[in-house]
Amino acid sequence: MAAGVAAWLPFARAAAIGWMPVANLPMPVAPTNKNKRQDELIILNVSGRRFQTWRNTLDRYPDTLLGSSEKEFFFNEETREYFFDRDPDSFRSILNFYRTGKLHYPRYECISAYDEELAFFGIIPEIISDCCYEEYKDRKRENTERLMDDLEDNKDNKPPNMTFRETMWRAFENPHTSTMALVFYYVTGFFIAISVITNVVETVPCGTTPNQRDIPCGERYTEAFFCMDTACVMIFTVEYLMRLFAAPSRYRFMRSVMSIIDVVAILPYYIGLVMTNNEDVSGAFVTLRVFRVFRIFKFSRHSQGLRILGYTLKSCASELGFLLFSLTMAIIIFATVMFYAEKGSSSSKFTSIPASFWYTIVTMTTLGYGDMVPKTIAGKIFGSICSLSGVLVIALPVPVIVSNFSRIYHQNQRADKRRAQKVQKARLARMRISKAGSSTAFLHSKRNGLNQSLELTGSLEEDQQLKKTTSLLESQHHHLLHCLEKTTNHEFVDERLYEQGYLQTALQNFPSQSPSLSSEEGVTGTCCSRRTKKNIQALNATHTHSHTHNLQELSALHIHCGEQQPLNTSRSSLNLMSDESGSLNCKSSGLVTTAIISIPTPPSNNSRANPDAPPPPNPDAPPRPNPGSDVVKISAL
Amino acid sequence: MGALMVVFSLQTKQRRKRTDSVEDELELSAVRHRPEALELLEAQTRFSRKELQILYRGFKNECPSGVVNEDTFKEIYAQFFPQGDASTYAHFLFDAFDTDHNGSVSFEDFVMGLSILLRGTVQEKLNWAFNLYDINKDGYITKEEMLDIIKSIYDMMGRCTYPTLKEETPRQHVEIFFQKMDKNRDGVVTIDEFIDCCQNDENIMRSMQLFENVI
Repeated sequence: MAAGVAAWLPFARAAAIGWMPVANLPMPVAPTNKNKRQDELIILNVSGRRFQTWRNTLDRYPDTLLGSSEKEFFFNEETREYFFDRDPDSFRSILNFYRTGKLHYPRYECISAYDEELAFFGIIPEIISDCCYEEYKDRKRENTERLMDDLEDNKDNKPPNMTFRETMWRAFENPHTSTMALVFYYVTGFFIAISVITNVVETVPCGTTPNQRDIPCGERYTEAFFCMDTACVMIFTVEYLMRLFAAPSRYRFMRSVMSIIDVVAILPYYIGLVMTNNEDVSGAFVTLRVFRVFRIFKFSRHSQGLRILGYTLKSCASELGFLLFSLTMAIIIFATVMFYAEKGSSSSKFTSIPASFWYTIVTMTTLGYGDMVPKTIAGKIFGSICSLSGVLVIALPVPVIVSNFSRIYHQNQRADKRRAQKVQKARLARMRISKAGSSTAFLHSKRNGLNQSLELTGSLEEDQQLKKTTSLLESQHHHLLHCLEKTTNHEFVDERLYEQGYLQTALQNFPSQSPSLSSEEGVTGTCCSRRTKKNIQALNATHTHSHTHNLQELSALHIHCGEQQPLNTSRSSLNLMSDESGSLNCKSSGLVTTAIISIPTPPSNNSRANPDAPPPPNPDAPPRPNPGSDVVKISAL
Repeated sequence: MGALMVVFSLQTKQRRKRTDSVEDELELSAVRHRPEALELLEAQTRFSRKELQILYRGFKNECPSGVVNEDTFKEIYAQFFPQGDASTYAHFLFDAFDTDHNGSVSFEDFVMGLSILLRGTVQEKLNWAFNLYDINKDGYITKEEMLDIIKSIYDMMGRCTYPTLKEETPRQHVEIFFQKMDKNRDGVVTIDEFIDCCQNDENIMRSMQLFENVI
């Protein structure tokens, strides 16, 4: 519960008086504030700087250092103040958390120092409020990445006992680790360059033979080029095979981009070897040689910048997509317009709309070849609009791409958009959790409260005793929810139990839950004493068994407020239970609520939990003769 | 393309003008309310000086401007009932606290209401409850009004209850209430019937004393 609204809890409880006249059942007793001392100022001395606040402010969060009794360890008797030898600047935000309920992360603060302070004062960082949470998470991620980089640098010291395969892989991935690797690195780089240059020079005309036309060098010095090509391909093949051998996960290596480039680079050669010099397929063979140019991408292993460029393009996919889409839209629009504008003029180059596409593209990218020009006035007007808008449309997404590149280059934020979605999901999840937290806290304390009362003989004082485990604020809030339950004669259950209860009601005849009992009927004593009688419902046990992991569950307990029923009715109802496992035990005189309780271990005075078999009804705790006091009797399935 | 962009920029300019006027309105209505002096409030309510101080501190913390409007009220109240929807009941509560019906609850309204609820006589408390149930403040509680109130209470329970809430549960609850309260069977409950009947009901009397020690 937020600290701010904790101050409004008295109001919410007072407003509950509005439920009283409509409630048909008596209300549970309110938790009392035993040590009701006046609100006092306490002094927190943090390394000489004195902070003062009300004691109540700190009590809002009882599971932190300042809210619990742990702070007594820091109490200084002489000066009557609490002394903490910590950073006073960070303490500001921590104290503000108690005051406002929101934890903020100051930007100037170092992330690890702040984390330490939070850990010292027992505050979990997840409750940092939304305004500062992104910043906190980003800085934390940067920090861990930096630490990991440091670790990686240290890892360059060769760990002992590496297999030959691992050594090879390490040599391939980090060439500067050994001279052998460096030599290999440069040799492959050299051969990539040779191969690319060969491909280029092959097509240069270098004929001085007395022929009509120049023939390209490739056809002139066929053997020489073929030898070069073979040598390069040999080297590449050997390299690929060695990498394949050394890779820790061969399957993953084969799927990686670099290995695909390698394969595509050497495959045309082998295909060319295999294919015969057939006229039909030689056309296709020529096309294949185009793929040899992919060898140039092998340089990306050697250049960090190329890799970053490729990564940038991948991460800016949406901006590029938008650019493409808007360009396409504009092209189609303008091409259509130009076509219809130029339709009238004679000998127009704009023969069809697709033919106009070429004009539009050339104009929008401000190339302006001049092979197609509009002749009509309308055509010229639209042509100029086209070129102006082309500049704008292209200029818009480009800075985004540039900034992305620079950001990634400075090692900031990988997979930006993916993380943004996760953060949003995480934020929604946190809100959901905090909301569910307060409701589960109530259900949990209900179980705990009832559980604990199982063990006690259940007099009033011991009732109050168990309240100490939860904070006063929480117990008051739970009392409020309990009153609501009594008013409506329904109980809160949590989500999954509700689902299975829903299934149950489909199976059983559910007797009408109309609270037809008037309040006079079931009341003899004060409603202050906790009267609980518990019965069991066999059906629940079989259902919930499937849900328990290592909890042993006591299934549905009916809490009666009707005091007139002596205990033997509960026993008889137990008999009823074992006979008709399908019916819900519902007595007209006082059935109020059902609760499904799970306890971690069966307490010694309870019967052993055996969810599978219907039990012999055996109340372990001795029943109390006088109805005025609490009854704690339970049989467990 | 250029024409499109010109049109687009015109539109944004218009929108900005509209938001400016809304902002102007907001400026004027962001009222800062200061409550009456402590002595006056001490005289008018049954709280001691210290209690009023504590109450005001909490109030001001959550509503720095000094007044609570209905949305904030609903938000605050909803925090206490995470499983259900507390907005309808909070609306009725807001109407009950906002005695001068000006759409906002100031600290005086708040503290007067609390004074009745926590320190008032049984008669006053019952009066207040009657006022809460009587939605149109005409002096009679009709079945429809009661049905609205009961439905809003059941709404606060939420969906996940055991046993599951049925459609006719609120209606049945209203029937029981009217059977108890409407002595002359004329279909409405007047303030006298209400107070009489509650005073004869032990349960209700006891539960009225429940929140004595809240502050």
